[in-house]
Amino acid sequence: MVTAAKTGVSTYATPTDLDLVITRVVDAPRRLVFQAWTDPRHIPQWLLGPEGWSMPVCEIDLRAGGSWRYVWRKADGAEMAMSGTVRDVVPPERLVTTERWGPEWPETINTVVFTESGGLTTITLTVRYPSKEARDAALGTGMKEGMEQSFARLDRLVRTLA
Amino acid sequence: MRAATDTLSTTLSALADPTRRAILLRLAQGSATVKELAAPFEISGPAVSKHLRVLERAGLIQRGREAQWRPRTLNAEPLREVAEWAVEFRRFWDASYARLDAYLEHLKQQETHHGHGR
Repeated sequence: MVTAAKTGVSTYATPTDLDLVITRVVDAPRRLVFQAWTDPRHIPQWLLGPEGWSMPVCEIDLRAGGSWRYVWRKADGAEMAMSGTVRDVVPPERLVTTERWGPEWPETINTVVFTESGGLTTITLTVRYPSKEARDAALGTGMKEGMEQSFARLDRLVRTLA
Repeated sequence: MRAATDTLSTTLSALADPTRRAILLRLAQGSATVKELAAPFEISGPAVSKHLRVLERAGLIQRGREAQWRPRTLNAEPLREVAEWAVEFRRFWDASYARLDAYLEHLKQQETHHGHGR
């Protein structure tokens, strides 16, 4: 089904009010991709965002009910942390976790599904937010489209100022 | 993605209400008194004041010093943070995935050299 698989591009979609779906096709068997995604020896090698960050703490108890915690650090000492629990894990197909950035931040439920076809693996990460506002902010759709006119005008304001 | 997250949550919940967004848009044209801000809405003065307090707590508006009129002024800094966070989110995933591509190549080569051993 995934015939037009294209590597090197991430797509962002909002199929429901609460979900943000990020899709990426990688050139590797899903067995390897699952390892890279779930093994603390591999995760800090790539889940780092823009240049300049490292991940000094990467703990994941990979079983239903287990907890996980990642801490990122920048050269200037700035840190950010993310943690949650593992809800479900089916190697090498599926991982469901909860994720939280801090006490003030809404918890999301993240489902990542790995499907393999012709040696390529499609990574489908669905992030479910507790509200549409939180989701729209995350993707920036609240600042881009589909909202009422007043918000569209506010958007222009933000863009002018930002 | 690395914005102060609690500030961001406060900003987002302040922005979640259409009346408050309309107030911000009005203030984008220039400062205004509470009376002026309340004029377009069919809601009570106290209700408008309540919205203004939420916006003030979120740091989105400021009160002028003129004792008598106390006009409200827009403070755009928290809005900028929202916009930056949205951009950061994509940047985080795009950069991480680019690195994952390279890392998977590395893992594949390792397996070729050492065999799976599973």
